[in-house]
Amino acid sequence: MEDMLFYDRIQFAFTITFHYLFPQLTMGLSLMIVWFKWKFLRSKDEKYNDAAKFWMKIFAINFAMGVVTGIPMEFQFGTNWAKFSELTGGIIGQTLAMEGMFSFFLESSFLGLFLFGEKLLGHKLHFVTGFLVFLGSWASGFLIIATHSWMQYPVGYEVLENGRFVLNNFGALFSNPWLWPSFFHNQMASVVTSSFVVAAIGAFYLLNNKHSEFGKMFVRTGVIFGVVSSILVAFPTGDLTAKNVVKHQPVTFAAMEGIFETEDGGSEIVLIGQPNIQDKKLDNKIAVPNFLSFLTYQKWDAQIKGLNEFKEEDYPTNIPGLYYGYHIMVGLGTIFIGLMVVAAFFMWRKKLYKTQWILWILMFMIPFPYIANTMGWYTAELGRQPWLVYNLLRTTEGASPTVSSGNTLFTLLGFVGLYLLLGMLFVILVGKIINKGPHPAK
Amino acid sequence: MELFWYIVLMFMLAVYVILDGYDFGAGIIHLFLGKKEEDKKAITNAIGPFWDANEVWIIASGGVLFFAFPTLYASSFSGFYLPLIMILWLLIFRAIGLELRGQIHNRIWERVWDKAFGVASLLLALFFGIALGNVVRGVNLGMVENGVSAHEPHYFFLPLWNPTFNPMAEHQGIIDWFTILLGIIAVVILSMHGANWIIFKTNSSLNDRLKKLVFRLNFVLLALIVVSVSVWHIIDPYPFWNFISEPWLFVFPLIMLIGLGGMFKVRSFKKDISGFLFSSLFLLGGFASTAASIFPELLPSTNEVNPSLTIYNVAADEYGLNVGVVWFAIAAILVGVYFVIQHKVFKGKMDDVGYGEH
Repeated sequence: MEDMLFYDRIQFAFTITFHYLFPQLTMGLSLMIVWFKWKFLRSKDEKYNDAAKFWMKIFAINFAMGVVTGIPMEFQFGTNWAKFSELTGGIIGQTLAMEGMFSFFLESSFLGLFLFGEKLLGHKLHFVTGFLVFLGSWASGFLIIATHSWMQYPVGYEVLENGRFVLNNFGALFSNPWLWPSFFHNQMASVVTSSFVVAAIGAFYLLNNKHSEFGKMFVRTGVIFGVVSSILVAFPTGDLTAKNVVKHQPVTFAAMEGIFETEDGGSEIVLIGQPNIQDKKLDNKIAVPNFLSFLTYQKWDAQIKGLNEFKEEDYPTNIPGLYYGYHIMVGLGTIFIGLMVVAAFFMWRKKLYKTQWILWILMFMIPFPYIANTMGWYTAELGRQPWLVYNLLRTTEGASPTVSSGNTLFTLLGFVGLYLLLGMLFVILVGKIINKGPHPAK
Repeated sequence: MELFWYIVLMFMLAVYVILDGYDFGAGIIHLFLGKKEEDKKAITNAIGPFWDANEVWIIASGGVLFFAFPTLYASSFSGFYLPLIMILWLLIFRAIGLELRGQIHNRIWERVWDKAFGVASLLLALFFGIALGNVVRGVNLGMVENGVSAHEPHYFFLPLWNPTFNPMAEHQGIIDWFTILLGIIAVVILSMHGANWIIFKTNSSLNDRLKKLVFRLNFVLLALIVVSVSVWHIIDPYPFWNFISEPWLFVFPLIMLIGLGGMFKVRSFKKDISGFLFSSLFLLGGFASTAASIFPELLPSTNEVNPSLTIYNVAADEYGLNVGVVWFAIAAILVGVYFVIQHKVFKGKMDDVGYGEH
């Protein structure tokens, strides 16, 4: 039984982690491509159209990877989490079915037109198809986060005697207080990823002395989008998301922040340190006194509950993982703001394209927004443990009863192999497109 | 309300079979007849802009199944665990075969992805036919042994096969002689269906050969249908009960026969779309007849202990099903609009779409 649950969890974690590497770029990049296309329509400067076309090539491969790794996600609710699906399907099935009906049809119908219809449609309609693809991808994000929010903070439901959750208020799924901050937080995080990717490719061209015109455009656009999104992802969206955790999942908040004991007179904020679960303390800690109380409640001496106040059976299952996930996300987020503000300052002083050290840093930043996004999701998901539906349904109660661990390990290994291949193909093909560079209009 | 969602779900699945069915069929044709580069190009151009939207029908059907009939979703997805995950893998290979082929111009690269696309399409057709066979045959719900359920009454698990390949064996497998028969039928009809789509959407040099192929395969199909109808009663003792009590249901087998009959005239059609319409009728009629024959069951039980899963004992609650109608109606209109736009833009022959060229 233990093994079964373990492999079910690992398979879901692995497939969703790999999957989300792609949509986070899709959602942000579709916005930026629409922006390039818009700039072209306004200025009639062919360069912007070439930029849009260049990014569409990368977008197409990225989108395809997102689609093929996304279908297994919907299936796995049933294959590996049958009990959970049976009990909650009447509710989360709503938002998941809506995702299929409202966003996948929209995206898939117009993606083909967007990628291959430029000549057939003319530039204005082509812009519209791009906008619809963007809309579809954000609608998909919204409905997934609506599903996620219900699991974090269940609303509009009642539980029947047989343990089944039934919906009694459809509107509540969308006025869920957990939903809107998380949605905008996530979307801004995805714009952070696309901004850094666009800026990094721009920096690569500038440092290479190739396609320099495009290099400047990409760095400029990446920095503008990057400075806005990396601030918005922290404040107000990240802040509000964290306040939801404090309010509705205090034990999760304590674990995220590494607070083992409640401290009277205000809690410190931990910058670095390793949770020591055995001795219930943080090793090698560097912390700022009272600052966490201030950030959370705007009062220096506000009390924040430590893990000691809760029952051990309700502790998040993996406290160190949760703590690291959260700290890595916040640490990287802070670096993103700092770097983008500095880059924007140099841009304002018209020195950015010649300041080599910033370009080098921008170029090498590519993996980090992906790491930050992934760690953010780990914080949310590990933070919800040991529950599937917070406080109502435990993860141990949700797995498929008849699928043996050997079968799950078999499919897990299959996914690992297949996704390794997909990852290699993605890197090769996108690398080739980047190396070739945009086509300047003749 | 259960009945409404049942009809919606069956309709969506039928649309999926018709739409993605021609993609699978085109893939099979591509695998066996796609020798010349321009023929292969014509085939991928004919399905390129559509396959992704077609595939969404299975995802959306899964979504509707999930929210309207959650118990069936949970039961069948976990019970058919291995074949479903393999279908996912095959869908991945089909997709990357189509999408990645044109990214690098190299003979080996192209040949590898051509084969991936073709073989995945062939196996998908086979697997979906086998899946239908499994639903008709039913499963040992609750995994009853010696009159005792080993699990809750609606859960089960099937291995890929049992050593005897006998559908009536106590320990069933996904693949047995009955389900493989339906798998073969699916491969044959979808090949014809895909060929009809290629004839409809291209001026490929293959078209004349494809017409002959459809004509010949139609005899094979007819023979297979006769065989399957004559052995059907072994699996499902009273396949015609529903039809006898509700004679209007005979319209479905009739649609199927019209489709079958029409395809014998494939060589003399004036319009290139006709063949495709007839194979679509066949698929629609065949799928609906099968669903109607087991209605209201969705997954029959093969033991005496646990009841079959029907649309009534696996559905979500009333409020959820009612509220779903509202958003579903809006979404369905939008989907219709997208479909029309998509097919208007890519209307007629598609030899020059330049799909997948970079």
